[in-house]
Amino acid sequence: MAAALVGDEIAYRRFLEAVTPHLRVIARRRLSAFRLGNQDVEDVVQEALLAIHLKRGTWETHRPIGPWISVIVRNKLIDALRRRGHRVVVPIDDVVDLIADERQDVSTDGQDIERMMDHLKPVQRDIVRAISLDGSSVRDTAARLSMSEGAVRVALHRALRSLAAIYRGGTT
Amino acid sequence: MTPDENMPSRSAIGTDRLIEVLAKDAGAPRPFGSILLVAAALGVASAAASYLAMLQPRPDIDVVVRTLRVLFKFIVTVPLAVGMIGLLDRIARPAAPHGFWPWLLGGVGAVLAVGVGTELAMSPPAEWAARLVGHNARYCLMFIPLIAIGPLACFIAALRQGMPARPGLAGAAAGIASSAIAAALYATHCPDDSPLFVATWYTLATCIVAACGFIAGRRFL
Repeated sequence: MAAALVGDEIAYRRFLEAVTPHLRVIARRRLSAFRLGNQDVEDVVQEALLAIHLKRGTWETHRPIGPWISVIVRNKLIDALRRRGHRVVVPIDDVVDLIADERQDVSTDGQDIERMMDHLKPVQRDIVRAISLDGSSVRDTAARLSMSEGAVRVALHRALRSLAAIYRGGTT
Repeated sequence: MTPDENMPSRSAIGTDRLIEVLAKDAGAPRPFGSILLVAAALGVASAAASYLAMLQPRPDIDVVVRTLRVLFKFIVTVPLAVGMIGLLDRIARPAAPHGFWPWLLGGVGAVLAVGVGTELAMSPPAEWAARLVGHNARYCLMFIPLIAIGPLACFIAALRQGMPARPGLAGAAAGIASSAIAAALYATHCPDDSPLFVATWYTLATCIVAACGFIAGRRFL
C-alpha cells in the first residue's frame, strides 16, 4: 500500500487483490447472520474496495493498515445493513485471523459493477468499460477515444467517485 | 487459494474488474492532512473577509489588546480553533487515535473556568448581571455564526475527503472549529471583555454553529 500511495500501479493492484479475500470473508461472516446472500457480500466488498481507493489519503503510512481497513469494512457493512432496514452494530474484527474459509464460493448474478455503470455518464462508462473489460491501459484508451491521457485519468477518477456515490445512495 | 479462478462467478468477475479499474487510477492521492490544512487556511481567509465586510476592529484595539481581559478572549478562542482542527484530522481518519488533542481542548475549558472564577472573585456581585449581559449580546449571537459560515463550508468540504465514523459529530466538531475562528475575529470588535460575557454568549454562539455543523454533517458527510 505504501508503494501504491506514490502511484505504483502494479503494487497497488497486488495490494487490492491480496486484501479482497479478507474483505469477502469478513463481509460473508457478518452478513450470514442476517441471512443475506452472496450478492450482498460482493456488494459490500466492492463498496469497501471503492472506499479504500477513494479515501486512501486518510491512511497514515506509519500506522498499521489492518485496523484502518477493518473500520472501513465495518462502516460499509453497517451502511449495507441499514439500507436493508436493519439497525445494527458490527464489532470490529481482527482481519488477520479470517483468511481461512475462502473455499465455498459464489455463483450468483444480479447487480454488479456492470449494472452500476448504467448510472454513469457515457464517456465515463466508455472509459471504465474499456479498462475493465478489455484491460486496456489508460494510454490505449486515451488514443481510442482521442482524449488526452490526463483527461482519461480525470474522467476515470470522477467515474469512481460517482460509483461510490451510487452505492451510498443505494439507487441500484 | 482463490476459487474464483476455476469457478468464476459473475459478481467475482465484477470485483476483479473493479480492482483492475482501481489500479489504473493508482496515482498518488492528496494526503488528508494537507487537504484539511488548506481548508483551514481558506476558512480563516473567508472568515476574515466576511468579518471585514460587516464589522471593523474596535478603535482602541491597539491599547486594549495588551490588557489581560482582552487577551483572555484570544487565549480561549485561538487554542480552541487549533485543537478542534487537530481533532478533525483525527476523527476523519478510520482507526486513528485521538492523540493529545482532547487534552488541549480540556485545557481550554479549564482556562475558561479559571477566567470566570477570577472575574467572579474580583468583581462585586452587584455588577455580575451587567457584565454578563454586556452591551451587545445579540450582535455576538448574530455575527459569530455569520462569520463562521465560510469556514464551516470549508471544513465540511474537507471532511468529505475523509471518512468520519460519525458524520453528525464530525460536523458538529467542524462547527465548533469554525465558531472558534469566528469568535477570535469577532473578539477584536466586541467591546464586552468580561469572561462572564465570553463564557456565556460566545459559548451560546458556538452551540448554534455546532448545531448547524451537526445538521450539515448528517446531510453532507
